[in-house]
Amino acid sequence: MSRISRRFSELKERGEKALVPFITGGDPGILATDPLVLEMEEAGADIVEIGIPFSDPLADGRSNQAAYTRALERGVRPRDVLDAVARIRRVSQIPIVLMTYFNPVIRYGIARFADDAAEAGVDGIIATDLTPEEAGAWVREARRARLDTIFLLAPTSTEERIARVCELSTGFVYCVSRVGITGAQARVPEELGELVMKIRSHTDKPVVVGFGISSREQVQQVCAIADGAVVGSALVDFIHSRHRHDDFLPQVRAFVRELKVGTRPAAVGAH
Amino acid sequence: MSAQNQQSLLVEPPAEWHFGPFGGRFVPETLVPALDELAQAYESCLADPSFAAELSLYLRDYVGRPTLLYYARKLTEHLGGARIFLKREDLCHTGSHKLNNVMGQLLVARRMGKPRVIAETGAGQHGVATATVCALFGLECVVYMGEEDVRRQALNVFRMELLGAKCIPVTSGSRTLKDAINEAMRDWVTNVRTTHYVIGTCMGPYPYPRMVRDFQSVIGRETREQMLNQCGRLPDYVLACVGGGSNAIGIFHPFLEDEEVRLVGVEAAGSGIETGKHAATLSAGSPGVLHGYYSYILQDENGQVAETHSVSAGLDYPGVGPEHSWLKETGRAEYVAATDLEALDAFRTLAALEGIIPALESAHAVAHAIKLAPTLSPDKIIVVNLSGRGDKDVETVSRLMEKRDEPDQPSLF
Repeated sequence: MSRISRRFSELKERGEKALVPFITGGDPGILATDPLVLEMEEAGADIVEIGIPFSDPLADGRSNQAAYTRALERGVRPRDVLDAVARIRRVSQIPIVLMTYFNPVIRYGIARFADDAAEAGVDGIIATDLTPEEAGAWVREARRARLDTIFLLAPTSTEERIARVCELSTGFVYCVSRVGITGAQARVPEELGELVMKIRSHTDKPVVVGFGISSREQVQQVCAIADGAVVGSALVDFIHSRHRHDDFLPQVRAFVRELKVGTRPAAVGAH
Repeated sequence: MSAQNQQSLLVEPPAEWHFGPFGGRFVPETLVPALDELAQAYESCLADPSFAAELSLYLRDYVGRPTLLYYARKLTEHLGGARIFLKREDLCHTGSHKLNNVMGQLLVARRMGKPRVIAETGAGQHGVATATVCALFGLECVVYMGEEDVRRQALNVFRMELLGAKCIPVTSGSRTLKDAINEAMRDWVTNVRTTHYVIGTCMGPYPYPRMVRDFQSVIGRETREQMLNQCGRLPDYVLACVGGGSNAIGIFHPFLEDEEVRLVGVEAAGSGIETGKHAATLSAGSPGVLHGYYSYILQDENGQVAETHSVSAGLDYPGVGPEHSWLKETGRAEYVAATDLEALDAFRTLAALEGIIPALESAHAVAHAIKLAPTLSPDKIIVVNLSGRGDKDVETVSRLMEKRDEPDQPSLF
């Protein structure tokens, strides 16, 4: 059983849902990534998602795009993100998912990337611009390296595509909360529940919802229907605006701890 | 589930998505159903004779087709070699070949019932063409344009606004065409249910490269027929500039089976390929994924897309249509590059000798003809696709000519 699947079983036993914070690898500095992940684990993060910076992130909104640009300006490479994961692995067993666009993977070499990611201790990969039709070579190499391949579903996905993505995804299924790009939103869309139900009718795999979730209340709303919530842009902005503060890491810890409350039974039940 | 079962889930994408290994569809899941819908709508238009009839009426009565195939006698005599013919796409309404594709796509979009249209633009030619047809069809139109290009092509911004379009300057990344495409894609991901994205060149996820090529192929079909009528034979060379590559694929495609016709794409070498400041994707790039398709792109060793440089905003793009990558790989077409200086020289030469001011994009193709013609005998024929007119570039060129006269500036001519 993979680290990701094991984590979902543990959460199920405790009656909790997964909090999945997203940060950009190398923002605010490549040596900041591992302490940030460890801090978030302390604060209650169940799985972490780390973005590999890319020059043309067309599925991302302003916040993530700006973070990628900052990281790239510092010279952060995919290899640096893998090295950060390897450093985390020496001291932690938290499940780690990398989110990337496909081109850096192609350039790295698909097979080599799968091997190096697995060796560094990565558990799964989400390729934002890779859908099942074009994923053949990637899925074969990822399976060989025992990495989970996580695919996305969106409110526009047809039943046929939902079935296909549910079969091909391992670890969990990533459900995009709304039609659009990443970025904090004022509210969780009402039709989300229907989409999650539709996905559940095709699979028993955990369903994690992302895009636009930024507060404890929203995590709570999502966790009432899904198995976990990704908080990305809001955290990326939080980190960027505070990383020069003396108490930066404690502030991040407090923010993540607050988000984690939204995944616990009392909170979920109360909703 | 066994490994074998897992593999069986991986259905290979349909053959028509690709040109050899190139092309395909690399997009966020949200867009997939819209691309399927577009591909289906396009297929049913192709199968419907009334669509072809409607399109050819608009091409004749509104775009102004067929465009002329003009024998450039003075240029030919000046160069003293092969005879040079110009395919006058600059005479299309709105001043470039871009309208061929926009007309086709918006007829498809109208049948799909999409009330809102978005586009990206570099030089402004595609933006103007899109705004024009949206005015004609009464569609809402938003055009994304890099801030740098808004500055370089102020006149075209005014044109688009006059036509009722909203022009949004893009301030991310290199602030040119590449970033305008990213921003248009983001808009499309967000408004996909009501919006058609008119991609202006033969790139993007399937079905765009095929659809744009089909709509632009009218250039090559006419050229082939006109050549046979005017000279009784096919040309020896067909030259076209290549940014994304839509005018080039349009004139090349109907000649693909005519193996004796050499097809040459001319990319932007900017300050020179060796300087790193260029946009010569096929000459100096490597395969990768950008903007939803797999093709040659300009990138660094980590797969980050490079910033480009060209005096011509329309060629200032780090990718190229996937069919060109395949034509390069198979050797059916060859790709060369012309520098900013060579293009500016060609711009002035064509104006002075023929009374035709070419777009700076098209001037790259003319620049190669200037190099090639003297090396060939007078019984050879070169066709140059004059993809657009140069009125939009006159200000840029005059600025560069003024600079030339400043003592501290490197000579531009």
